[in-house]
Amino acid sequence: MVEYVQYIETLIWVLIKIFLILIPLILGVAYLMYAERKVVGYMQCRIGPNRVGIWGLLQPIADVIKLLCKEIIIPSVSSRYLFIIAPVLTIAPALAAWAVIPFSPHLVLANINAGLLYLFAMSSLGVYGILVAGWASNSKYAFLGAMRSAAQTISYEIAMGFAFVGVLMASGSLNLQDIVLRQQGGIWHWFWLPLLPLFLVYWISGVAETNRAPFDVAEGESEIVAGFHVEYSGITFAIFFLAEYANMILVSTIAALLFLGGWLSPFEGIPVLGHLFAWVPGIAWLLLKTCCFLFLYLWMRATFPRYRYDQIMRLGWKILIPVTLVWLTVLGLAIEFHLKPWFG
Amino acid sequence: MLTNYLYILIFLGIGAVFGLLPMALGYLVSPKNPTKEKLSAYECGFPAFEDARMPFDVRYYLVAILFILFDLETAFLFPWAIVLNKIGWYGFLAMGLFVGLLVVGFIYEFRMRALEWQ
Repeated sequence: MVEYVQYIETLIWVLIKIFLILIPLILGVAYLMYAERKVVGYMQCRIGPNRVGIWGLLQPIADVIKLLCKEIIIPSVSSRYLFIIAPVLTIAPALAAWAVIPFSPHLVLANINAGLLYLFAMSSLGVYGILVAGWASNSKYAFLGAMRSAAQTISYEIAMGFAFVGVLMASGSLNLQDIVLRQQGGIWHWFWLPLLPLFLVYWISGVAETNRAPFDVAEGESEIVAGFHVEYSGITFAIFFLAEYANMILVSTIAALLFLGGWLSPFEGIPVLGHLFAWVPGIAWLLLKTCCFLFLYLWMRATFPRYRYDQIMRLGWKILIPVTLVWLTVLGLAIEFHLKPWFG
Repeated sequence: MLTNYLYILIFLGIGAVFGLLPMALGYLVSPKNPTKEKLSAYECGFPAFEDARMPFDVRYYLVAILFILFDLETAFLFPWAIVLNKIGWYGFLAMGLFVGLLVVGFIYEFRMRALEWQ
């Protein structure tokens, strides 16, 4: 009986922790949407949303309520069950990936040894939702969008996997906390410097994998309307939207963890500044680094024109993969020769 | 240790609920007045001429095959990369041989224009 109560207690604790991760994440998604419209607006000399609440701050909430009240349309030619299950297939891995993200030295839900492998798996699973959605819709635009998106995602996944391999070689662990702790010792010890080409490759493939501009041919509105989610309306569409933005935040957080030292302070080891900023909690640094990458997403969207599909495939296969292969060799040699100060 | 994986399983379940719950809510509060035109597949204003599940380009299939090859390679590299600083030159050269063979294949694909998308 006592054991039974204990199990229930642990379960409730886990649920509370999960919601402590998910609710800020959902809010983050909502305000990333708002930030995107504001930032892109100002970059195009507009002011963005400013009607709902002060500075338009209630805009995302108004959007959600509107989408919730719109009719859910299930096309008569579609495969009904697959059509409904596709958004769930997209959102579940996008959220579940957050289980292994360490926010500070002790703040992590599941501290597993295969953390990076798990993240890799979850980011790969997202493609199923897109394929199923495009297939189930039975619409030409949706089908073409899904095919493009799937081929693009798997192409860039190889380059991303090789970039992860580089991080593993440098850190010697799959555990995300160990990977961050291995970068201790100030800004020059973070992996962005010894792994610079892999860092760039990771970022480019991360943007391509979330199907964001300039790699957004999968939903290029001027060619195939909205791609795989063209038949989705109301809240079913909102779930795809949520998953896409949750994935953006995830890619940015992983970039901060693997290459920019996660929760470590950038002033570590610097005489005066190090002490001055010692009070800042680690999670604040992690969030700050994540926000920098998120801003980069929006900046890229406002700046670059869309790639053509053959250019996307060429970049993925003919440039990113050879670059990673070369740098993995260089990295292997650096580790074997115990190159100081990183691999000493 | 294994409890950590249980947490992940619970998290996956909650993630699915986060997808299903809003849909159920939307189903309850949204209006429902479907018409034949509203439920037809979106194409260009005309009724769709044919089923959308048409034959598609074989290049997508080729990309998928190449992906499996390289993803397997990544799967082999993962455990090797973790222990690289323990296995020394022997491990480095053994993996160099393995990757070298694949790189030869990659160069062949490159030269045969299998990676081109025209």
